[in-house]
Amino acid sequence: MSTQASAIDTSSPWAGGQSPYAANSKKFGMWLFIISDSLTFSALLFAYTYSRVANPDWPKPFHFSPSIIFASIMTFCLLSSSLTMVMAVEAMSHGDRKAAFKWILGTMAGGAAFVVLHLSEWMNLINNEGVTPAHNPWGVPLFGATFFGLTGLHMTHVIIGLIYLAIIAQAVIRGKFKYEDVEVAGLYWHFVDLVWMFIFPLVYLMSARI
Amino acid sequence: MSTNEQVEHAGGTTITFVKVWMVLLVLTGVEVLLAYEQVPTLIMLTILVGLSIIKAALIIAYFMHLKFERLSLFLTLFPMLIFCIVLMLIFLGDATRIPVMRPPV
Repeated sequence: MSTQASAIDTSSPWAGGQSPYAANSKKFGMWLFIISDSLTFSALLFAYTYSRVANPDWPKPFHFSPSIIFASIMTFCLLSSSLTMVMAVEAMSHGDRKAAFKWILGTMAGGAAFVVLHLSEWMNLINNEGVTPAHNPWGVPLFGATFFGLTGLHMTHVIIGLIYLAIIAQAVIRGKFKYEDVEVAGLYWHFVDLVWMFIFPLVYLMSARI
Repeated sequence: MSTNEQVEHAGGTTITFVKVWMVLLVLTGVEVLLAYEQVPTLIMLTILVGLSIIKAALIIAYFMHLKFERLSLFLTLFPMLIFCIVLMLIFLGDATRIPVMRPPV
């Protein structure tokens, strides 16, 4: 809650359009973005599920090692980076910029580990299993198209998140930006984490080769 | 590091967040274990999606702080989102018919 919002009368949501959400506009804007982005990811997840149901011979290319192990470690990285992001917001709410800076760096480390692991997992699929967006050895080309489309868009979000956090981190340590800016960056990062919570079981675990 | 930078911070202590993080890890572990059990696909899908929704709810409520926001924010954002996602599912029935309709090769 920003100090700005608390200055306005927020006694009732219907009190004449005066900050009915008791949230600053940056935070509300980020929430609107997150909701619309959720629909994009829902559509892609739905496209994957639809193709899968429509093709009974859908491939199961994910071996326990390395794919499932990597994907589980990636989940751990993202979940832990969410925790460090919460800590960064917490530190910032106490005005402790140094701690917030360190926690944001920790978050970025988790995100970077995710991207590195995910890219090596992609490389494994491309080189060892022969999957590309248009072809694969199992004769279901939609697998590559939907898989790379979905995970690629998610990875793009993680990379954009890393750039976003880097900008926030350098500003925080130089005494610029306020609590709410870190909080809004946190909202974005948790959303990226949240999307992976659906991709991991629906794409990886449902297609694990037993 | 001025003191006037401090902001009122409603809800959520460090211990709460660590607890939520641990629950999320445990749920992920359950999902991975489940993937290697011989469970019918439909039941497995239901359990996996159910667990994922619980995880998403935990992240939204605690990490994204929505539990400590005004109810009006939740009501503005989420019913519409859920409704739109459910609308997409209308098409899923078509997918089950496609394998039956495909001409034999």
